[in-house]
Amino acid sequence: MNKCLSGIDLAHLTIDDVRRIFSHDDRGLLEEMAHAARELTRRQFGRAISLYAPLYIANYCENECVYCGFHASSKIIPRSKLTMDEIDRECAALAATGIRSCLILTGESRFHSSPQCIRDACVIAGRYFPYVAIEVYPLEEDEYRDLYRAGVDGVTLYQETYDRARYDELHLAGPKKVYDYRVEAPDRVARSGVRHISMGVLLGLTDWRQDIIALFQHVRHLERTYPGVEFGLAFPRLRRVADDEHRYIEVTDKEMLKIMCAARLFFPRAGISMSTRETPAFRDRIIEFGVTKMSAGSSTRVGGYVEGASDYDDGQFQVFDPRTFDEVKAMLIAKDFDPVVTDWRNIVNS
Amino acid sequence: MDDKLLIAGREFTSRFFLGTGKFGNKSAMKEAIIASGSQLVTVALRRIDLEDTDENILSFIPENTTIMVNTSGARNSDEAVRIARIARDAGYGDWIKIEVINDSRYLLPDNQETIKAAKILSSEGFVVLPYMSPDLYVAKALVDAGAAAVMPLGSLIGSNQGLKMRALIEVLIEEITEVPIVVDAGIGRPSHAAEAMEIGADAVLANTAVADAEDPPLMAQAFAKGVEAGRMAYLARMGQQRATARASSPLTGFLYDE
Repeated sequence: MNKCLSGIDLAHLTIDDVRRIFSHDDRGLLEEMAHAARELTRRQFGRAISLYAPLYIANYCENECVYCGFHASSKIIPRSKLTMDEIDRECAALAATGIRSCLILTGESRFHSSPQCIRDACVIAGRYFPYVAIEVYPLEEDEYRDLYRAGVDGVTLYQETYDRARYDELHLAGPKKVYDYRVEAPDRVARSGVRHISMGVLLGLTDWRQDIIALFQHVRHLERTYPGVEFGLAFPRLRRVADDEHRYIEVTDKEMLKIMCAARLFFPRAGISMSTRETPAFRDRIIEFGVTKMSAGSSTRVGGYVEGASDYDDGQFQVFDPRTFDEVKAMLIAKDFDPVVTDWRNIVNS
Repeated sequence: MDDKLLIAGREFTSRFFLGTGKFGNKSAMKEAIIASGSQLVTVALRRIDLEDTDENILSFIPENTTIMVNTSGARNSDEAVRIARIARDAGYGDWIKIEVINDSRYLLPDNQETIKAAKILSSEGFVVLPYMSPDLYVAKALVDAGAAAVMPLGSLIGSNQGLKMRALIEVLIEEITEVPIVVDAGIGRPSHAAEAMEIGADAVLANTAVADAEDPPLMAQAFAKGVEAGRMAYLARMGQQRATARASSPLTGFLYDE
């Protein structure tokens, strides 16, 4: 079973197989992969899809990432940060929609969003959500440990690209320019005790084949080193690739599917999340092939939930799936998936 | 036929236990429990939403079913103990499936941490059924720790591979007589469940194969029947399989040569 024409055993993929799969356009093989990925996902996760929502506490940023709406020199973005009271109200507004899993985000600014500040925000979020994760700038191991003890269960940190030269080219200034400090961050997170680490690359920055292979190798290495950590993967893709100045490379829907299936087959137990950057039509289709986690009713704007709108041009990136939490839930039920809202109970980390 | 299973003083007429994860919807789960006649189901504490009563998984579990909360998500004994205490405080009873997994790729149980958790929880009055990798020394330590049953894995969780661990499970069945042996994990077909019961397991726990079926209630029923058939075969003392036909002149015939 699962033996394809090319001799690749989809039940036991090696990194060389993944390399071969990525370099060939084989329609039959992709079909086989889709079947295998769907079957494996169902066996490992059943029909459960966990739902979560991002919550931006600030958008001050010292980095100059050419692809990001929040970059330091942008004059279009109104800068703001929430006070602790505002964070509380924002959490209450988000929790009222039914969301039980929250991802706290902020830009890279130790001045405006200090680790202490992030910690306080997470403590507040912990009163509303049984599961709290963060997507913030890379921190020191002790800082991660402190956050873990304050109730943080997951850390999301994307390397963006593993192509060092390209990384240097796209990150013009700011602390993020130091590639190694970022690439070593997952080790620091794992040593701190945090149970989930979500990793990914931003598709479109360079040749996706090289980046995905490097990501897989990185995660596989971490998995062997820290077997107790649950690793998650995400494959956000740049949507506005018409910008020739930065030489972005478009990643097609077909390539996305190939990446998703390869990720599932190479990491049978890894959580795979699908962001609202994808259109509803694409999200609803690709969900079959490995996705275990989706954001829903997302606002990428600071204070976006209290203000009550979900799609803004001045968010970090444009949300392409404007559906509310209830609408996403209804879609999942209609497709015979089980939308899982509660998937963790804070047990007081120590 | 009076063939009841006794665990911690509680009687079960069905020897099929069902996990409640991975179902497409909670109604299908409920129908599967009813169709199988299962009297013991496992529920992950992490999936129980205390605030939401409509979607609360517990409201879909038929009355008179023993609920055993599992410690899914625990990476060490300490976390398992904390999860068990939260479950008890929340009113979900004392029955705990100890599941300590510190390996996110294969989901193999950490036997040493499981023993530690079993000791602590038994001393606190919990009825503990630890999930473990089949190993005689560990099984004995779990019995000493106060486990109410021992639950060896048949094969990797979610693999549907059946009784890959058969030889080691047979050793447990042979040597652990103080408490029941419940085969958990990897049981992908009713025939796997029957096989486990034929070799003398006291019960079988399944989840993935039922939840993932096109018709979960029908599959749940098939598993219950597989378990029942295997149990009956075990009780009937079926003849041993013989690899080769016996020669017509017996090997020991010389003893009786006149």
